[in-house]
Amino acid sequence: MKVGVVTFPGSLDDVDAQRAVRIGGHEAVALWHGDEDLRGVDAVVLPGGFSYGDYLRCGAISRFSPVMTEVVAAAERGMPVLGICNGFQILCESHLLPGALIRNDHRKFNCVDQRLRIENNRTPFTAAYEAGQEVTIVLKNGEGGYIADEETLDRLEGEGRVVARYLGDNPNGSMRAIAGVTNERGNVVGLMPHPEHAVEALCGPGTDGLGFFTSLAEQVLA
Amino acid sequence: MATVVVDVMPKPEILDPQGKAVLGALPRLGFSGVTDIRQGKRFELTVDGEVTDEVLEEVRRMAETLLSNPVIEDFEVHVEQHTVAQVAGQVLAEQGR
Repeated sequence: MKVGVVTFPGSLDDVDAQRAVRIGGHEAVALWHGDEDLRGVDAVVLPGGFSYGDYLRCGAISRFSPVMTEVVAAAERGMPVLGICNGFQILCESHLLPGALIRNDHRKFNCVDQRLRIENNRTPFTAAYEAGQEVTIVLKNGEGGYIADEETLDRLEGEGRVVARYLGDNPNGSMRAIAGVTNERGNVVGLMPHPEHAVEALCGPGTDGLGFFTSLAEQVLA
Repeated sequence: MATVVVDVMPKPEILDPQGKAVLGALPRLGFSGVTDIRQGKRFELTVDGEVTDEVLEEVRRMAETLLSNPVIEDFEVHVEQHTVAQVAGQVLAEQGR
């Protein structure tokens, strides 16, 4: 599959995400924030970083970049879209995902190998995992506290839309220890931890993150 | 000339770690009696011509769309008229004097 990885001014993990896409068996296509077309890609990854310097709010300005108009339209047609960290913030600002991400409750930047439980393996990015599988991938964020009102949280849980949950101590104050969510249709996934940093044993805590990139193929085969 | 001000504040039920950090710093500096601090943002929009209801409505749309995130923040809009001295100061500044 052709997987587009968007680079915004201030993106940091775009090259790692492209690499993870290739290790996952796909063709990585670099997309630029000023692009007005998606170059025929089958899926899109919005990588981590500090797009537009996190000015105003994380993801608030990126959300209105030309490429995001295309990404939002494609997501609404069902294209798989994965937002990692800053990408998750952009997806919330775009209203493709409910809720918002605010500053960590302990006010410090976090950088840890984080244990997670994959709770929903029916998305295009988690099909390679078992439901309930426990994985360790990198978490690094300053504004990773997931929040939404109680009604939204209950709906997310009730509809099985919590994709991943933090295990152990809550690393950033996220409500109900939510690390990732999906939209109603299940094609858009936002995740605060970084699976693209856990795709090779040499660097990172292991290869537990690779499933997010191999899942795309499994979904197509299924 | 007028300035339209948009004040954006985190909703009361939303945790405000920045406000808490500022609150925590005050006693260390010897200030007492403050029991809570919420930190928000203030936007000053300088607009051309008269601030009509249509202009204010448009500013509210800007506030809803970009300046605030309605999931976590509330906003208020009000108008501040420039004083004669401020306008004169601005004109002089533009003339480079």
